[in-house]
Amino acid sequence: MKHVYGWLLLTPAAILLVGFTHYPAAATLIDSFFSTGTVVRPSRFVGLGNYAALAEDPIFWQVLGNNFWFALGTIPTAIALAMVMALWVNQKLPARALVRMAYFTPTVLPMIAVANLWLYFYTPQIGLLDKLGALFGAPSHNWLGDPDLVLPATMVMVIWKEAGFFMIFYLAALQSLPPELEEAGKIEGASRWYFFRRVTFPLLMPTTLFVLVNATINSFKLVDHLFILTKGGPDNASSLLLYYIYQVAFSFFDTTYAATLTVVLLLLLAGLAVAQFLLIERRVHYR
Amino acid sequence: MRIFRTKIPLIETAAAWLLALLWLAPLAYAFWAAFHPAHLATHFEPFSPLTLDNFAKAWTYAPFPRHFLNTVILVTMILAAQLVLCTLAGYAFARFEFAGRDIAFGLVLVQLMVMPEVLIVENYRIMARLGLVDTILGIGLPYMASAFGIFLLRQTFKTVPRELEDAARVEGCSFMGVLWRVYVPLARPTYLAYGLVSVSYHWNNFLWPLVITNSIETRPLTVGLAIFGAPESGVDWAVISAGTIMAVSPLLVAFLLFQRQFMQSFMQAGIK
Repeated sequence: MKHVYGWLLLTPAAILLVGFTHYPAAATLIDSFFSTGTVVRPSRFVGLGNYAALAEDPIFWQVLGNNFWFALGTIPTAIALAMVMALWVNQKLPARALVRMAYFTPTVLPMIAVANLWLYFYTPQIGLLDKLGALFGAPSHNWLGDPDLVLPATMVMVIWKEAGFFMIFYLAALQSLPPELEEAGKIEGASRWYFFRRVTFPLLMPTTLFVLVNATINSFKLVDHLFILTKGGPDNASSLLLYYIYQVAFSFFDTTYAATLTVVLLLLLAGLAVAQFLLIERRVHYR
Repeated sequence: MRIFRTKIPLIETAAAWLLALLWLAPLAYAFWAAFHPAHLATHFEPFSPLTLDNFAKAWTYAPFPRHFLNTVILVTMILAAQLVLCTLAGYAFARFEFAGRDIAFGLVLVQLMVMPEVLIVENYRIMARLGLVDTILGIGLPYMASAFGIFLLRQTFKTVPRELEDAARVEGCSFMGVLWRVYVPLARPTYLAYGLVSVSYHWNNFLWPLVITNSIETRPLTVGLAIFGAPESGVDWAVISAGTIMAVSPLLVAFLLFQRQFMQSFMQAGIK
C-alpha cells in the first residue's frame, strides 16, 4: 500500500518533471542526429553530421571560448570581493547593516533592469563612464562596440551583480567559526593579516569551493544581459553559448543544430555536476 | 548575529563604505535620472527640480499595467502550483518507502542542473504541440515541479519526529490529514524561504518568457522592459530609468523591508 501512496503523491510532479526536463533532454539528443526539415526538404537522419558542422563552426568555438573567459573573468574576482565584503560586514563596522544591504541589493534586481542601467554607463560620449573619463582627459571609448572591450565590460557588470550573492555564503561560514579561534590568535599576537591567511582563509575553503562550482554552473545560464547590451556583438565578441543557442533556434530557425549545441551545454553541465558530487563526497579537508 | 570584537582600522572602514557607495551608485543614479527632467539627467545639481514626468511617460509608452498584471499572475500561479506539487512529492520522498524511490529522487535532482531555460529549443516545441505558446500557463508550466522545492521540503519533512506522526495517526488522521495537520504547519519557515526565492526568481526571469511569448497580453515585466529599454526603441534614458525603477520596485521594497529573510532564503536556495 505504501508503494501506491508514494507513487500517487509523486505522480503530479513526476509528470511535469519528465515532460519538461527528461523528455526534452532526450529529445534534444535525438534531434541532434537529424537535419532541420524545411518545406522542400524534410528532416532526415544525418548521424554525426551536425557534430561535424559544429567542429567546423568558428562561432561555436568563439562563444565557447567567450564562456571560458567570462567564467574566468567574473568568478575569481567576484569570490574575492565577496570574501572581503563578508569579512567587513562581519566586524564592528559603523552602519554595518546599511553596508551589507548595499552589497546585496544588486542580487534582487533582474538582469534586464541591471543591463538597462549599465547600458547608459557604457554609451560612448554621453554615457556616464565617458563623462567621468572626460573629467580626467581620458579619450572616449566605445565600450560595447569594441571587440576587445565588450566582454570585459559585461564582466564588470556581472561581478557587480554577483559578488553580494556570494557574500552571504561567506557570512554564514564566518558566523559558524568558533570565537575562541580569534581569541587564541590575539593571545598569540597574530596580526590580522596573518590570522586571515593562516586561519580564516583555510577554514573558508569548503565555502569557496562550493561557491566556485555553483558560480561556474550559473555562468552558463547568465545571458539575459546580452539581449539589452550587445545582442552578442560586435562579431560575436560578447556572445555566450546559451545566447548562441537562442539565436540559432529562434533567429536562424536551425532547430537541430540548436539541439546539437544544447547537447554540448548539457554535457558541460553534467561534467560540472560530477565535479560537484566528487567535491561533496570527498569534502574539502583542511589542515 | 554575532560580531567579532576586533576593531578594524579606519582605512578599512572607509574602504568598506566606499565599496558600498560604489555598489549603490548605479541604482542611485537611475533614481536621480528618473526623478529629474531629461535634460538634467546628467547634470548633478543638488536642488534641480524633481518631476514625475518620466514615470508618466514610461507608463504610457509601454503597456506597463498589463505587464505588471501578467507578472503577478505568473508568479502567483507558479508559486501556488509549486507549493502543492512539491509538498506532495517531498512528503512521498521523506516518509514513504516505495519501489524505485532512490532512482526517482536522483532523477528529480537532475533538474537542479538542467533548468528549463537550458532546454528552450525542445520545450518550445512541446509547448507548440500542447497549444500553449504565448500563454501565461506556457511560461509557468516547466517550472511548476521544482526539484529545489521537492528537495527542500523533503529535508524539512525528514526532521519532523516520527512520534508526532504516530500520535496523529492514533488520533485517527489519514495520510493526507497527517501531511496537512502535522508536516505542513511545522515546515512554515521553509515555505516562507522557498516562496521568497521562487517569487524573486520568476519576477526576474527572462529568457524562457521571452521565447514562449509574443504578445502584450502574455509578456511579463522583464520582457516588456527589455523591449522598452532596447536601444532601438529610441526612448530617452530618463524614461527608461523610470520604467526600470517601476519594474524592480515591488521586489526592491520587499527586500528592504525583509532583508534578513531575503538573505537567509537566498542562502538556503544556494546551499540546497
